[in-house]
Amino acid sequence: MTILVLAEHDNKVLAPATLNTVAAAAKIGGDIHVLVAGQNVGAVAEAVAKIAGVSKVLVADNAAYAHQLPENVAPLITELGAGYSHILAAATSNGKNILPRVAAQLDVDQISEIISVESADTFKRPIYAGNAIATVQSTAAIKVITVRATGFDPVAAEGGSAAVEAVAAAHDAGISSFVGEELAKSDRPELTAAKIVVSGGRGMQNGDNFKHLYALADKLGAAVGASRAAVDAGFVPNDMQVGQTGKIVAPQLYIAVGISGAIQHLAGMKDSKVIVAINKDEEAPIFQVADYGLVADLFEAVPALQQAL
Amino acid sequence: MKVLVAVKRVVDYNVKVRVKADNSGVDLANVKMSMNPFCEIAVEEAVRLKEKGVVTEIVVVSIGPTTAQEQLRTALALGADRAVLVESAEELTSLAVAKLLKAVVDKEQPQLVILGKQAIDSDNNQTGQMLAALTGYGQGTFASKVEVSGDSVAVTREIDGGAQTVSLKLPAIVTTDLRLNEPRYASLPNIMKAKKKPLEVLTPDALGVSTASTNKTVKVEAPAARSAGIKVKSVAELVEKLKNEAKVL
Repeated sequence: MTILVLAEHDNKVLAPATLNTVAAAAKIGGDIHVLVAGQNVGAVAEAVAKIAGVSKVLVADNAAYAHQLPENVAPLITELGAGYSHILAAATSNGKNILPRVAAQLDVDQISEIISVESADTFKRPIYAGNAIATVQSTAAIKVITVRATGFDPVAAEGGSAAVEAVAAAHDAGISSFVGEELAKSDRPELTAAKIVVSGGRGMQNGDNFKHLYALADKLGAAVGASRAAVDAGFVPNDMQVGQTGKIVAPQLYIAVGISGAIQHLAGMKDSKVIVAINKDEEAPIFQVADYGLVADLFEAVPALQQAL
Repeated sequence: MKVLVAVKRVVDYNVKVRVKADNSGVDLANVKMSMNPFCEIAVEEAVRLKEKGVVTEIVVVSIGPTTAQEQLRTALALGADRAVLVESAEELTSLAVAKLLKAVVDKEQPQLVILGKQAIDSDNNQTGQMLAALTGYGQGTFASKVEVSGDSVAVTREIDGGAQTVSLKLPAIVTTDLRLNEPRYASLPNIMKAKKKPLEVLTPDALGVSTASTNKTVKVEAPAARSAGIKVKSVAELVEKLKNEAKVL
């Protein structure tokens, strides 16, 4: 068995989710090859070669792959993937965008967002916003899978010494082009990788009040997230949204402030190790999943918490 | 131009589902069913494109049981012109659905196909991408903005770090994210009018599509319940617990 993992990167830096995906591949067992598709990705390929457990790095360095357009990258993976038993990618926006296109080209069903590996052909994944866990078995010759990063502890980023091999194949479908992007800037840790996450909901009342959460987060070295209500109300940008349709996080500590705890939000954070809820409504559903609940006005409790740390 | 919108009948998003005691699936007997929220956004976007004069005809398609006609009628009431139901009583995988949609695309020849980014029951997030692969069209997934100009469509997509804009040649596939638009409600007169709009029923056999699957659901379980927590009385007690009991600070 040989497993192909798609590296997640921005052409410069390898994203941590790749380490979790390699961890899932290691659980399946077999040789692990990692594909780095992009433009000027030398540094990323070097980083991948050092990942523990990776035996080969395939580098497809081409302008057609610069922005990971699925119309160009999917045919590349489909072509390379023919010799593999499994093709894995992290369930990031890139992985979710590209991999189903690969699965359809290979004429196999995909398994999305696995959270555990039961055996080489059987996996667990959440359905119905995490309210049920399905065990799915695949009979496909090539198993195409996306991996929920929070379900697997990352492998070591150092210690490996994989061979790096260039891939000549260049696919440019010519039906799509990159126009531009607008990335949110933040000095705080990335939401999906942070050890502590502080999230605000509708109870924050406005965007300006999020400064209380930023102050608390900076003291804790935490990332700041939000519920869909806070995003829809325009308090914060949508890439901060935690939930079924936003980011899935599983930090050591999740502090939910002014969040009622709708099932769609819980789907994104209920695997956190410790959950703290601060809400003035003692009937709020968030208290049913919180390890520690504080019934209090957040505008008093959050500054007090910051003081106490 | 013609636009095709795919809609799915799913358990209503407000329902808290229960897993069946025999672990064969979730209990959907006597549970409220609705149109998948992302599909509502897809229908709304098609209707807005028609109101702008970009689109001339909206065809909605659903693949599922006879009862999915309800969701198609809802889409017709929201502004779609006609509906197609590919009737299948069994639960289909995303790939099977994509193959059936491909057959409908071949028949209808739309310039744009709009789907939701994921269904809230299976949470797969696959069908739009798979349809794009099967048709060979470009894909604009997780769209928060769609602008058609000439023979291409500019799609602003929600990505992990922010937003990205891509330009796709038509025909193309678009899947909707939550912030693309705010779906409207159907008015009573429109609901009445929708009953007279055409609804064609097809079968996978008639379309010549095999719905065989390489995936099998072995069992469905309830997630591990979190053990009940405690309520603390003060911020000081909270900090003390986090430091000494949970040891996460």
